[in-house]
Amino acid sequence: MEALLASAIGVLTAVGLYLMLRQRTFPVILGLTFLSYAVNLFLFASGRLALNAAPIIGTRELYADPLPQALVLTAIVISFGMTAVIMILAVGGHLLAGHDRIDLEDDQSQDPEARA
Amino acid sequence: MSHWIIAPVILPAIAAALMVIAFSRNLFAQRFLSLLAILVLNGIALALLSAATSHGPEAYFLGDWPAPFGITLVLDRLSALMVALLAALALPVALYAVGSGWDSRGAHFHPLLQFLLMGLGGAFLTGDAFNLFVFFEVLLIASYGLMIHGGGEERIRAGLHYVAFNLVGSALFLFALALLYGVTGTLNMADLAVKLPTLPEGDAALLRVAAVMLILVFAIKGALVPLHFWLPATYANAPGVVAALFAIMTKVGAYATLRFATLVFPPDLPATGLILPTFLLPAALVTLGVGALGTLGASTLPRLAAFAGIASMGTVFLGIAQLAPASTAAALYYLVHSTLATALIFLVADLLSRRRAHLRLDAPSPVAQSGLVGSLFLLAAIALAGLPPLSGFLGKLLLLDAWRDQAAVVWPAILVSSFLMILGLSRAGSLLFWKDGTETPPPAPAPEPLALAATFALVAGLAALTIFAGPFTDWLAATADSLHDPQPYIAATRLGVAP
Repeated sequence: MEALLASAIGVLTAVGLYLMLRQRTFPVILGLTFLSYAVNLFLFASGRLALNAAPIIGTRELYADPLPQALVLTAIVISFGMTAVIMILAVGGHLLAGHDRIDLEDDQSQDPEARA
Repeated sequence: MSHWIIAPVILPAIAAALMVIAFSRNLFAQRFLSLLAILVLNGIALALLSAATSHGPEAYFLGDWPAPFGITLVLDRLSALMVALLAALALPVALYAVGSGWDSRGAHFHPLLQFLLMGLGGAFLTGDAFNLFVFFEVLLIASYGLMIHGGGEERIRAGLHYVAFNLVGSALFLFALALLYGVTGTLNMADLAVKLPTLPEGDAALLRVAAVMLILVFAIKGALVPLHFWLPATYANAPGVVAALFAIMTKVGAYATLRFATLVFPPDLPATGLILPTFLLPAALVTLGVGALGTLGASTLPRLAAFAGIASMGTVFLGIAQLAPASTAAALYYLVHSTLATALIFLVADLLSRRRAHLRLDAPSPVAQSGLVGSLFLLAAIALAGLPPLSGFLGKLLLLDAWRDQAAVVWPAILVSSFLMILGLSRAGSLLFWKDGTETPPPAPAPEPLALAATFALVAGLAALTIFAGPFTDWLAATADSLHDPQPYIAATRLGVAP
């Protein structure tokens, strides 16, 4: 089980990193999402893996650590909200610019007031 | 006193929620509430500062849960200083936003500002590593909204970079926290400080990975080269007033680095040892160089200001990298100074944007009220480059003194980069303000007394920092001593004792 989980985290991270280096916004956001999945699994594993264990002390001989589960829940909620924000930004940027390339033009037009 | 520790978190949260729910379309009420909340925050911050000075570290247990199990906030001299700096910066920034009308160019400026203050206040006060992550996210999500305030294509596309960069940072932060928890079984910072020295030697490698990842995250926040790439585009494209407020956001990275490097991974911890200074010193030196070169090559005034901000972070991290009381005190002095100075130059750039056709340096253009804005730019430039008589000079002098042992490496870096910044800033100043006398300047914009008052308040802050440098550096020296002896901090959290 450890090998399966570890390789899953590794593959998810690798996929996330590869997609993040693409030059369109959509793959980049997908990559960030994959990375957050990998993080969530990793956080979950930090409380050690246990089968058939309740996260409550005293109900069974073997119990699971409840804290990483709470941490994962927090992390999921936050990454969900952040993904929503970056989606809106990507869609807004696409609508305003007419393309979804991620790179900024490195000319003299960095200052929005100058262009207005 | 103890319940007041959570006030810097609760107060902005209540003010922001009230503005969104009750006054979402009433800009006047929002401005009033926002300024009132920041004034009260200033009062609370001063009270916390005096309490931390006279009583030493004090912990606040949320929900009365004892320390390693519940979330703990800890007020010590450093966190009180950071909260006071935050409140002192927020007041002119909010005044400027009201005076310049930036807050009317899009919805919800003031609620986002308050949520940002809440996140920053929480990040400075928390004594729990995971809670630090949560407050980082609170301040980041508010900053995303502020950064794209007012809209526009370039701004939104630069905002995408900013968000993506910080999402990667958050993922790294979580990896590091999960490693720390997997090794130690705790994320309370004081508890970590107690447990890490007793870990078996087999866990040392994991611990080193966690420490380096944490410092990488803080380096992203603090714009340490080579993790600074998000900063120039973000700060140059953000509204000027927001960029001024962001001057303290990079300092969160410096604060967190200092906190972890003195409390959790001190130099005498065998597992990590001197690993953090080994990374931080070269990175800080390169940051200083890149920032100084950037001011020389910047194409617009906001980009120049952003690179000056990067150089100032290099100087702050240079002070932190030594992990000795004298250099820590110098770093803290420079941190306070550079927050005010960076904010000042962004406000000056914003003032200039309404008095000049554009802010590009390569194309000459006449300036309205050039005497007023030019003198403000001169003051900001003196402060940023570290020339006497303003506080930047004193900060750099303290730092040079603290690095006397390695003068061969550090002194040339500080001195040459200061010289490059003087060159870059004077080049920008002459390109922006030099007149050939033939062109008629554009008409002066409508008078904006509040915005000017806010800008002069920052200048006054820098002047006060210079005049009261003696007592302030004494206070900072005591603060640095208390950072390098964390036993009272750990004792204040009463680990394992029911409150």
